[in-house]
Amino acid sequence: MLEIPCPYCGRRAHTEFTYMGDATVSRPADGPEASDRDWYEFVYVRLNPKGPHKELWHHTNGCRVVFEVSRDTATHEITGSAKLSDEGEAAS
Amino acid sequence: MFMKMFMKSGAQSFRNGWGGAIDRGKPLTFIFNGKRYQGYEGDTLASALIANDVHLVGRSFKYHRPRGIMTAGPEEPNALVQVGDGAESEPNIRATELPLRDGLVARSQNCWPTVEYDVGQLTDVLSPLFPAGFYYKTFMWPASMWMTYEHRIRKIAGMGVGPHEPDPDHYDHHYGFCDVLVVGGGPTGLAAALTAGRAGARVVLAEQDRLLGGQLLSEADPGPRRIDGRTVPEWLAATTAELEALEEVRILRRTSAFGYYDQNMVTLCQHEEGRGPGVPRQRLHHLRVGQVILASGAIERPLVFANNDRPGHMLASAARSYVNRFAARPGTRAVLFANNDGAYKAAAEVAAGGLQLAAVIDLREEIAPELAEEMRRWGAQVLPGHAVTDTFGQNRLWGVEARALDGAGGVADGPRHLINCDLLLSSGGWNPTVHLYSHAQGRNRFDESIAAFVPDHCPQAITPAGAVTGAFDLKSCLEQGAEAGAAAAQATGFDAMVEPPRTEADPAPRPLKPVWSVPLPDGSHAKRFVDHQDDVTVNDVKLAQRENFTSVEHLKRYTTLGMGTDQGKTSNVNGLGIMGELLGRTPGEVGTTTFRPPYTPVTMGAIAGREVGAHLAPKRRTPMHAWHEAQGAAFVETGQWYRARYYPKGGEGLTEAARREVRHVREVAGLCDVSTLGKIDIQGTDAAEFLNRVYVNGFAKLPVNKCRYGVMLREDGIVYDDGTTIRLAENHFLMSATTANAARVLQELEFALQVHWPELAVSVSSTTDLWASMSLAGPKSRDVLQALESDIDVSNEAMPFMGHAAGTIAGIPAHIFRISFSGELGFELACEADHGIALWEAVMAAGEPSGLEPYGTEALGILRIEKGHVVIGPEINGTATADDLGFGRMCSTKKPYIGHRLKERSGLTHERRQQLVGLKAVDGSSRIRAGMQLVTNPNQPLPMKMEGYVASGCFSPNLKESVATALLEAGRERMDEELWALSPLHDEAVKVRVVSAHFIDPEGERIRA
Repeated sequence: MLEIPCPYCGRRAHTEFTYMGDATVSRPADGPEASDRDWYEFVYVRLNPKGPHKELWHHTNGCRVVFEVSRDTATHEITGSAKLSDEGEAAS
Repeated sequence: MFMKMFMKSGAQSFRNGWGGAIDRGKPLTFIFNGKRYQGYEGDTLASALIANDVHLVGRSFKYHRPRGIMTAGPEEPNALVQVGDGAESEPNIRATELPLRDGLVARSQNCWPTVEYDVGQLTDVLSPLFPAGFYYKTFMWPASMWMTYEHRIRKIAGMGVGPHEPDPDHYDHHYGFCDVLVVGGGPTGLAAALTAGRAGARVVLAEQDRLLGGQLLSEADPGPRRIDGRTVPEWLAATTAELEALEEVRILRRTSAFGYYDQNMVTLCQHEEGRGPGVPRQRLHHLRVGQVILASGAIERPLVFANNDRPGHMLASAARSYVNRFAARPGTRAVLFANNDGAYKAAAEVAAGGLQLAAVIDLREEIAPELAEEMRRWGAQVLPGHAVTDTFGQNRLWGVEARALDGAGGVADGPRHLINCDLLLSSGGWNPTVHLYSHAQGRNRFDESIAAFVPDHCPQAITPAGAVTGAFDLKSCLEQGAEAGAAAAQATGFDAMVEPPRTEADPAPRPLKPVWSVPLPDGSHAKRFVDHQDDVTVNDVKLAQRENFTSVEHLKRYTTLGMGTDQGKTSNVNGLGIMGELLGRTPGEVGTTTFRPPYTPVTMGAIAGREVGAHLAPKRRTPMHAWHEAQGAAFVETGQWYRARYYPKGGEGLTEAARREVRHVREVAGLCDVSTLGKIDIQGTDAAEFLNRVYVNGFAKLPVNKCRYGVMLREDGIVYDDGTTIRLAENHFLMSATTANAARVLQELEFALQVHWPELAVSVSSTTDLWASMSLAGPKSRDVLQALESDIDVSNEAMPFMGHAAGTIAGIPAHIFRISFSGELGFELACEADHGIALWEAVMAAGEPSGLEPYGTEALGILRIEKGHVVIGPEINGTATADDLGFGRMCSTKKPYIGHRLKERSGLTHERRQQLVGLKAVDGSSRIRAGMQLVTNPNQPLPMKMEGYVASGCFSPNLKESVATALLEAGRERMDEELWALSPLHDEAVKVRVVSAHFIDPEGERIRA
């Protein structure tokens, strides 16, 4: 069982959290400036990197905030987390 | 005088009268294979059996050969027993670890009718027919027969029997933290725990045995060894006392650290059986650890030679344990067969325990003269450069044959030494217990000097110390333990002093000689067992090599080497060594298979813990649950919720009750508890804009005090959820989500607000449990409401369909929403959860003159099919689009919303997509089952063309015919077409006609009445 550092609540067991996907993708604009390809890639295309990665986790059984976790997919090492609204503020 | 010391105590004729860590004042009676024996407090089942001269304890897995106790620890491959009877019975317990207790009942496994006369033994005689891979090769064809074969094979190759009754015991889970976890309570672990504990670190010391000491428990007592000037038992007692007195040190005995996971989390299973009422049978610890010290020691490796599996073949260190720790003599006349110096000490101490030492057979050409001399003093014939080339005996060993080796990997021509003995001590060196190190993603390397794998490097905070590093002498163990303890304490923030317990250095041993398998003399076809538990022989490994299963992972799976419950603790390295020789590689080049948790078997009970039976999942009950119960309602579980399914009258079953309730709603009025529907409170200046973005239809212009039905898509354009949302105030909405999806919908809303649109000023929160809700439906429902004392006007003018008002009903603050799932004139009443039962009872009382009756979810399900309303699962099935379900025109073209873009993909707008339709049975009565496949012609050749399938079906009590909803290819264009609904599973074919799914009141006159 991993421990995830919630930027608001501190270190907690990962069973309190829900994985919400890749933090490196963002939702395209709703208007015509986004292409069908943009939308297809947003919904379906994910890289599968080996090594450092950024993920979104929701503290479901806690503060119910979504935040960003830096995790190494090869070693499972979690190197930090950050609030979405407050870029760069890390917790450990 | 010497003979006096061997006086019989009870029937324990092989128990010495002195020494050992057993309490002769506490005799214990136990039953093994139906016979009554006596042992002492402090015994294991194995040591008590040995004290009673019982050596035949089981039959081997495949060949059913007689097997005896081979080890004195968790590595035991043979002495697996079934313990206890009935519900508490447990299979595959290692007799070598099981503490003896009064009244213990145990029996051998894998034999029938008895362990002495076992019919399965025929497989040994016929063994040329059963090479490795035999079952795969023989029983796979025809494939359809495998089930039959497997059943028979499993019966012959039994591994004990699991009880069928529910487990009467309970098991606990413990989640903990510590600075330093010391795995192993031998000398290394004790020195480590002492050092870290004295520094003030929070230390957990886990020891699989019930006593601390490890190998020190098997030291001769009295013996010459001194630690800090004390005898070994004195030092152990003092050390244990000091550790127990340290406030931050916790000792877990009978606890196996069986798994090592990411972020230094270690799982341990603590055995507490027999500790009395209220104590769990086992406790599973999840420890999050700052620094782990792996002081797991080493396991002696048996030699592999002809017929090396007869009862009486035992690891040299195990025999020493039985003699020294348990004062039990494992035989009368012993032979040592070894390739290393360490085993000589064991042999000498076994001899000192009262056994004759007949011979010492060493694979090495040269033996240290002082060791040879000591062996001769004990009366042993010393044979360097020799090997055991055969053994004799059936249910017990009675002799061995030794012959000289030719130095070229073969047996020399020369005399055969036939040596009479009933105990054969075997030692091929020691394997460090590196399993947890591997779990922790550590890498091991092959150390030529000890011919075994040792820890090399690991990304996690784990420090191996002592014998696990290949340091087998006591002085090194104590020093390494103290150093590791100090380093771990320092790493977790404590000042520590390195003060290792002092002891004499042992003389440096001469090198061992690795011989992975002893050669057979010409003409011998004797089996040489590598893996005793799984009956894997040297020939099986050779066969695997010939058939090119040379990778260790293939070798393991092809031969089953190391796949038993002992996980190959005594066999893996020997197997790798043999394969290496065949391939011309070192064992280090061959590499090991990956060790995985658990290190020792863990019961399902320990893993489940308290989460069994009623505690498996929380039960959610609505505020009106007690009323439904009092009415004799039958309940149904939907997720964690318990919902009233139907209210039977006078012996009615489900079908009769539900049909009566459905008719009653359509003809009079009914009240249904709908408190389980998810309720999400949405507030903020951007609340309307937010709803506009999550629903396909518009919510910005919804007037206050109005309800609107909304459909929500996933980002990929598929329907996700539906429900009614009420605008309570300009910036305040109450959304209802389906019971099953409520939690996930809230999570999606939060995600969208926090990740996609943080600029929106909206907050969402779940209020499901704050509300009690009930659905009042039927032509007389307005009469019921008007009979209640209330300030809310429910006339059609004041509260039209989709209207809302708040006020008081029967003195209770409440809301009324004019919404309907059943398609009847309907009102949903909602109030605070605590008032729910009062409001429900008030409504029921007011409705009595009108004939109001409760209805359950079964009736609700039929009512909604009659109305053609869709639900999550059958129709909202994770593949249907809004248009498929008939909501195409609801989807706004004036605003974007989640899923708006991808729902336009060609695949989701194709004209031949399956669309929602209704079906009626042409004969009016045949049942149309959910899941039936729709075809145009039931007699077409296979594979048939599937036109669609039935989503939900029921017999409509109001229409008095069989109806269904279905998803049918281009269904909306196929009204009145006749199709066949097939269920090959039930051998049913029903002719159906395609109709609108709105069976009742398609114009909505009732709902707006």
